[in-house]
Amino acid sequence: MTTELPGADILIQALIDLGVDTIFGYPGGAVLPIYDALFKQDKIKHILVRHEQAAAHAAEGYARSTGKPGVVLVTSGPGATNAVTGITDALMDSIPMVVITGQVPSPLIGTDAFQEADTVGITRHCTKHNYLVKSPDKLGAIIHEAFHIATTGRPGPVVIDIPKDVQVASAHYTNPGKITHPTYKPAFAGDPDLIAQAMAIFAQAKRPIIYSGGGIINSGPHASAALRELVALSGAPITSTLMGLGAYPASGPNWLHMLGMHGSYEANFAMNECDVMLCLGARFDDRVTGRLDAFSPNSTKIHVDIDRSSINKIVRVDLGIVGDCGSVIEDMVAVWKAEGYAKADLTEWWTKIEGWRARKSLNYAKSANEIMPQHAIRALWQQTNERNPVITTEVGQHQMWAAQHFGFEDANKWLTSGGLGTMGYGLPAAIGAQIGNPDALVIDIAGEASIQMNIQELGTATQYRLPVKIFILNNEYMGMVRQWQELTYSSRYSESYSDSLPDFVKLAEAYGWKGIRCSDPAKLDDAIAEMLAYDGPVLFDCLVAKQTNCFPMIPSGAAHTEMLLESAQVSGTMDDEAKALV
Amino acid sequence: MYITPPETERHTLSITVTNESGVLAKIAGMFSARGYNIESLTVADISPDDEVSRITIVTSGTPHVIEQIVAQLDRMVLVHRVNDLTANGPHVERELALIKVAGTGVRHDEARKLAEIHHAHTLDVTPSSYVFELTGSSEEIETFIALMSEIGAVEVARTGIVAISRGKAAA
Repeated sequence: MTTELPGADILIQALIDLGVDTIFGYPGGAVLPIYDALFKQDKIKHILVRHEQAAAHAAEGYARSTGKPGVVLVTSGPGATNAVTGITDALMDSIPMVVITGQVPSPLIGTDAFQEADTVGITRHCTKHNYLVKSPDKLGAIIHEAFHIATTGRPGPVVIDIPKDVQVASAHYTNPGKITHPTYKPAFAGDPDLIAQAMAIFAQAKRPIIYSGGGIINSGPHASAALRELVALSGAPITSTLMGLGAYPASGPNWLHMLGMHGSYEANFAMNECDVMLCLGARFDDRVTGRLDAFSPNSTKIHVDIDRSSINKIVRVDLGIVGDCGSVIEDMVAVWKAEGYAKADLTEWWTKIEGWRARKSLNYAKSANEIMPQHAIRALWQQTNERNPVITTEVGQHQMWAAQHFGFEDANKWLTSGGLGTMGYGLPAAIGAQIGNPDALVIDIAGEASIQMNIQELGTATQYRLPVKIFILNNEYMGMVRQWQELTYSSRYSESYSDSLPDFVKLAEAYGWKGIRCSDPAKLDDAIAEMLAYDGPVLFDCLVAKQTNCFPMIPSGAAHTEMLLESAQVSGTMDDEAKALV
Repeated sequence: MYITPPETERHTLSITVTNESGVLAKIAGMFSARGYNIESLTVADISPDDEVSRITIVTSGTPHVIEQIVAQLDRMVLVHRVNDLTANGPHVERELALIKVAGTGVRHDEARKLAEIHHAHTLDVTPSSYVFELTGSSEEIETFIALMSEIGAVEVARTGIVAISRGKAAA
């Protein structure tokens, strides 16, 4: 018989047994026993953030860049509620994460005790699953089950709420090993008959397209490898969602760039005119489809997703395959080879695509007087791409420009808040990514508005000597809000000007960072070189052209074929139907 | 701009779940979070060891919405099985109602006669009131309540639908 351990020690031992080496957290009254248990061991490193939301985003950045689950530890009440945005972000982007929250002692639950919040109630619909641990006897098993649920199937956040008395009371703990859950049995392998049917359809296609998404990244490096093989075997063009960038290399010959609202002309037109669409680990988000009744009207659609509820949720498909993307694509490759399918003659299709490509939809105006934001991204890429950096972003115009103009060659290098669109994600995510990849070059491409939403995390990077770089495209506007106001509300800039900005260079220096400011396009390359040469954290305040908008763009409610390529096409107002769309 | 509601159909779903606190909130919350309807909901433990409950939900939506509801329920960790009884062949549905009717004299007699015709049980009787129990389809119950309303039904309690598939197999 094992000796009894206090709940807090059971938690730490279970985490160690699960291979956890890093926790992002913030202490408080209801987790003091756990923090004391952390103090007495040296296997798990705790990263002290400055705000609990940042703990969750840092865990996301760690998870997305390493493939391992992110772990968060916060106190009850405000600790838990502050983490909710990050938890919801992880749910929307399917990031494996386990969040441990302290709770007031069991006898006080429901009495409006100090720092009490109904954490399981609040997080019920922003987690994949959650637990309130009522007894230390169950704690070990719950920790192991939580990791199993967070990391298998469609990954997601799991919250474990542990009352303080459960952290102190003793119980026996044994490592349960591999979990078999009585009701939670996620799919893994896809149905072989459906996979064979899918390949029979795909091999016959005259105008095929592969539309891949974040599911490939979640599935792991083998999924990217299989995807690349399938593209090479079939010769099909490939586009990707925001979340899937890097699964297929941006330098690859079949790459059409990202699709959707700010996707390329060739990607959206190819989606519109394809005859067979192979959707791998993407979910037909409204940012991708544009107007639904005009979405790829004449194609046979095949959809592979690990979550059955994603299939036929928004777009009706002809063939749905439930399974892990990596496993299904590997099976597809095997079927393709076993059936001896040859690469079809897609000359006509590619000629058409080249015609769309010739529109050069990602081109932008050049300027000798001011730094164009797209040029800044390109210049950053130019000097860093050989180091295969990890790029995080905040949310807005800079995020879309980064997606459009920074070429990603590999999976797990692009960390962005896609589903929830959380401003303030980028800096803590960069911190998490740097912790998980100590030798990597990690850059948060930011906007001057977004960066202020978790600016306090400058201190976290300083504390752990993380050489994170922040590259702010500073146009003194919440640019995407302003862009929509120009499109829809006759340029009435209601509250979208970033007034009273701090001096970012001084702010950086106050936190012990290096600060660089640049507004001259002629000096940009040298300034970027100076940032990269500095062995420590740098905040780069890049003053860019203020009025530039992000194109191409499919206005909400428009079809793929109704793309706007430049600002001259932008009208000043829209009807109510268009205004009501997000 | 006006919003036009789409054509909907009614489905009875039978869901077995792990019987633990929060599971009902999770399921009911999924319906409200995603904008689905609940017309009736019943839940009770159905296992000897208190481990499994059956939730019967009557919902309505377009065929596409019904398919999504089933898929969304199916992926919940504590859900064992979702059976769309309306889609999956013949089944029986029953509901129980308690109806309190107030009235004296002719009204009192009339209430008793109608209750007999509808095979309602009399659970409580006073010189000026009855409490009837009626089990049947929702339509039968609604017909009975409508009749009793004319006489003087003052209060109604209904369980909502419970349902099970026909035939020998456990669905």
